[in-house]
Amino acid sequence: MKKNTKTIVNLVLLALLFLAVWVIERTSSASSMLITVLKKGAIYALIAVSMNLLNGFTGLFSLGQAGFMLVGAYTYAVLTIPVAKRVAVYQMYAGGAIHFQLPWLVGILLAGAVAALFAALIGYPVLRLKSDYLAIATLGFAEIIRAIIQYEKLGPITNGSLLLKTYPTFKSTLFPFAAAAICIGIIVLLINSTYGRAFKAIRDDEIAAEAMGINLFRHKQMAFIISSFFAGVGGALLAMYQGTLQANAFKAAMTYEILLIVVIGGMGSVTGSVLASFLFIACSEWWLRFLDAEQFIGSFQVPLLRSGFRMVVFSVVIMIVVLFFRRGIMGDKEFDVEGISKWCRRKFGKGGAKA
Amino acid sequence: MFDKIFPYLLAGVSVGGQYALIAVGYTMVYGILRLINFAHGDIFTAAGFFMVYISATMPLYLAIPLVTVLTVALGFTVERVAYKPLRTAPRMSIMISAIGVSYLLQNLMWYITGGLAKQYPVLPWISDSITLGSASTKVVTIVTPILTIVLVTALVMLIQRTKIGMAMRAVSKDFETAELMGIKINSVISTTFIIGSFLAAVGSMLYFTNYTTVTPTIGAMPGLKAFVAAVFGGIGSIPGAVVGAFIIGIAENLIRAMGYTTFSDAFTFALLILILLVKPTGLFGEKTSEKV
Amino acid sequence: MKKVLAIVLAMMLVLCSAAMAETVKIGVFEPASGDNGAGGKQEVLGIEYANSLTPTVEIGGTTYDVELVVVDNQSQTDKAVSAAQTLASEGVSIVLGSYGSGVSMAGGDVFAEHQIPAIGCSCTNPSVTLLCDYYWRVCFLDPFQGTVMANFAKEEKGATKAYVLTQLGDDYSTGLGFYFQQAFEALGGEVVAETFNEGNSDFTAFVTKAMNEGCDFMFAPSSTTSASLIIDQAASANVTFPVTAGDTWESSVILDAAKGKNLEVYCSTFFDEKDESSTVAAEFVSGFKGWLNANPDKMTNNGGNDIVAAVSALGFDAYNVAIEALKAAGSTDSQAVAEALPAVTLDGVTGSISFDENGDAKKDMAYIKQANNETGAFDFIKTQSVADLG
Repeated sequence: MKKNTKTIVNLVLLALLFLAVWVIERTSSASSMLITVLKKGAIYALIAVSMNLLNGFTGLFSLGQAGFMLVGAYTYAVLTIPVAKRVAVYQMYAGGAIHFQLPWLVGILLAGAVAALFAALIGYPVLRLKSDYLAIATLGFAEIIRAIIQYEKLGPITNGSLLLKTYPTFKSTLFPFAAAAICIGIIVLLINSTYGRAFKAIRDDEIAAEAMGINLFRHKQMAFIISSFFAGVGGALLAMYQGTLQANAFKAAMTYEILLIVVIGGMGSVTGSVLASFLFIACSEWWLRFLDAEQFIGSFQVPLLRSGFRMVVFSVVIMIVVLFFRRGIMGDKEFDVEGISKWCRRKFGKGGAKA
Repeated sequence: MFDKIFPYLLAGVSVGGQYALIAVGYTMVYGILRLINFAHGDIFTAAGFFMVYISATMPLYLAIPLVTVLTVALGFTVERVAYKPLRTAPRMSIMISAIGVSYLLQNLMWYITGGLAKQYPVLPWISDSITLGSASTKVVTIVTPILTIVLVTALVMLIQRTKIGMAMRAVSKDFETAELMGIKINSVISTTFIIGSFLAAVGSMLYFTNYTTVTPTIGAMPGLKAFVAAVFGGIGSIPGAVVGAFIIGIAENLIRAMGYTTFSDAFTFALLILILLVKPTGLFGEKTSEKV
Repeated sequence: MKKVLAIVLAMMLVLCSAAMAETVKIGVFEPASGDNGAGGKQEVLGIEYANSLTPTVEIGGTTYDVELVVVDNQSQTDKAVSAAQTLASEGVSIVLGSYGSGVSMAGGDVFAEHQIPAIGCSCTNPSVTLLCDYYWRVCFLDPFQGTVMANFAKEEKGATKAYVLTQLGDDYSTGLGFYFQQAFEALGGEVVAETFNEGNSDFTAFVTKAMNEGCDFMFAPSSTTSASLIIDQAASANVTFPVTAGDTWESSVILDAAKGKNLEVYCSTFFDEKDESSTVAAEFVSGFKGWLNANPDKMTNNGGNDIVAAVSALGFDAYNVAIEALKAAGSTDSQAVAEALPAVTLDGVTGSISFDENGDAKKDMAYIKQANNETGAFDFIKTQSVADLG
């Protein structure tokens, strides 16, 4: 297939996906779990892909994702709360220090920009560190950011440790899909550019990449900033989805969950991360819910089933993937026209090997 | 002035000793496997829950050894099941496996306890109150640093003087050569996990005597702080981890004394980043050169 | 995968069709785990007891069975959102709960989006109803509760300098601490305020600080998980001033922690089981105790004894308010129930309930209790009403 044809077919597939979402939204009731899974899954897909850009494509083991999401979410919420509602939201800080409201689109873009700015500042020192030191340093930074946001003295801006709410949210399921599709599209373009190839070279062998004339630090910094930008946007979308926002939710556990999504999907596969996000959210919010309730078959009570069992089953499944299916669902392959046709050819062994 | 600071110092030394016992487990595992064992903090929590449940059914003189044995068994099992199969895998995979184990243990403990906080049993003598100058505290505050130093000295002797200690040193110096020299890598690694888990069990008894509630996620923060302590002291170095743990324990309590409690956790990480930038090998770490 | 999915879907269909037979669903949005799990369980007990007494309701001439749909919001605001969505997808007509203000605010947004009315049982932060048009509540508010405790400190204990300790990221704790501070300073007292992080287990430094600052009163509204640590560590530091908090401390967790210690522990709350001035309340107390004693697993959820917690009484009242609202609406449609709810009045266990324009019950009475260090029960100290505060 020619490159153009492939692009067109991929775009058609994407359009079909949107059509499907639109049809689902029209036909199912707004409160159905499917809609919830679609909304949250799309947002997690963006966040997972942004993390994959760092961990899977550039080989930087960063655990700061929750911190950048937190920055993005707060930037968005703080700047877009309607002025009239501020007195009620900032009840302990006399209406807060900010007396204007930005449109939501500006809010989202700024969310990414501020997260990227933080990344630039943090990246300067920490990107010089090697693998696991980098992991623990970024994890530490996420904790520091959380402490700063919760600091009472910043209350007039961040509302301290209290909930933020009444900022603009979205109703349609298409909104997070569109936002995620645009952002992931940009990331895919980046991955396929010369920069993307440089990132992969760094992942595979830093020393060789440097010998080839790739400026290690500059490329790492670039990947870190871009990933954080989209993590910030993802954080803003998550805030919109939840309707209320509190710094407390953005703990290391959140980063771990996203990392596990990336691993399940396959390090270095964009579509893998997307698929894994939807699967992860569907399992944790919907399909496995029945494990949390006591079930009776006649008068026989099914053993083990009670609150919390869902997460145990879930984490056992994750461990199995981590240990025995280390490449995840997709490995480093992509679920697109080319990937599918290759897979078909391999599976059914027909047709020439011409691509 | 000193009267006001003294109680904080006391609390700092006590919690520092408890961090030290956890930190030794981190530093030994890292020294040999180059793995941040994210699940170590959860093994510490599990030791707390073992005690809660076991002490409800039998007297303490039986419960304490049994809790120690179970914790050691848990640490050993985690290594065999989750880390051993990944020995040849990239380092990132094994670290992800550690995160997965931590996630599993936390969810499992959440399930078993129903997500509710449990009251830790009162251990005799070390729970008694005593008064020291201007501060009144529990006996455990005094016992912790002493016990920590005794245990760590014993451990250092073990590593310096015995055959298994020599094997550990060899493995941490050079994994493959040690294997070629006929050292049984797997039993050395298992021993490391057994020692680490044993110290975590002791640390958990001391910690929960001071702070009497056990929740499924309570070990996460002390675990991370202990890891920071290990890095601060120079990862792989046991005396380094102990010194680092005491410094972190004392420093975070002094920060509370100054009224910046919001930042007492954040400070630990700021310290970590600072040390990594200024002296990446930590206070007592050895220099290593990157192999190509 | 397909097979599993098919089985799951089939099971859901079966469950749905079974539920179709003239059933109205009431959502119970409470924590069963996490920091507030113990309190949430007691609130659910009150609701379940009320359900056992009134298992059916007549709506528009038809008798409906009431089905309680219980979800666990895990005491966390982010988990609360998915728990609330589960309730919405179950198609409940009205929601009861939650223990804890932060989770109520987080869930409120989802309920408003799906136009489901919610009745808060013991969430006392003003923002819960103020910022959500679909939230009502049957308890008093934190500005009142804070004032009550500030008056208690000043008038009863003669305190001049209070130490206020609150938990970062907990709307209930931070809010109540703030209102206490406001009221206490207005009475001419001095306040030293500090916060602790979630999951903190070392309170010795805070206790020491309070002693060093020369405070003679401590107000530490917090979850019961933190509370037992605070009490334990305050007792081992030989604290001489009273250690107090709001309604969350009215729990057997606190009684266990205070038992055998040399420490004065007080809390304010909504209800007292020994108050015999109301026949409705007396009837509830004896009935509830009997019900607990007849059901061992319910007794376990209550903390292993039959002491009636105020939150159980509030849960009981909230359920009955919901039943009245369903009757008044004459429909199981959640929007219709929301429209009928503001006009509902009830002579409840915790006093008479009617709603003001914000959706808050007009409650004007708080009870102050002390944890008895010997018997391990609460001793009733005094009541305080709005009128007493002047």
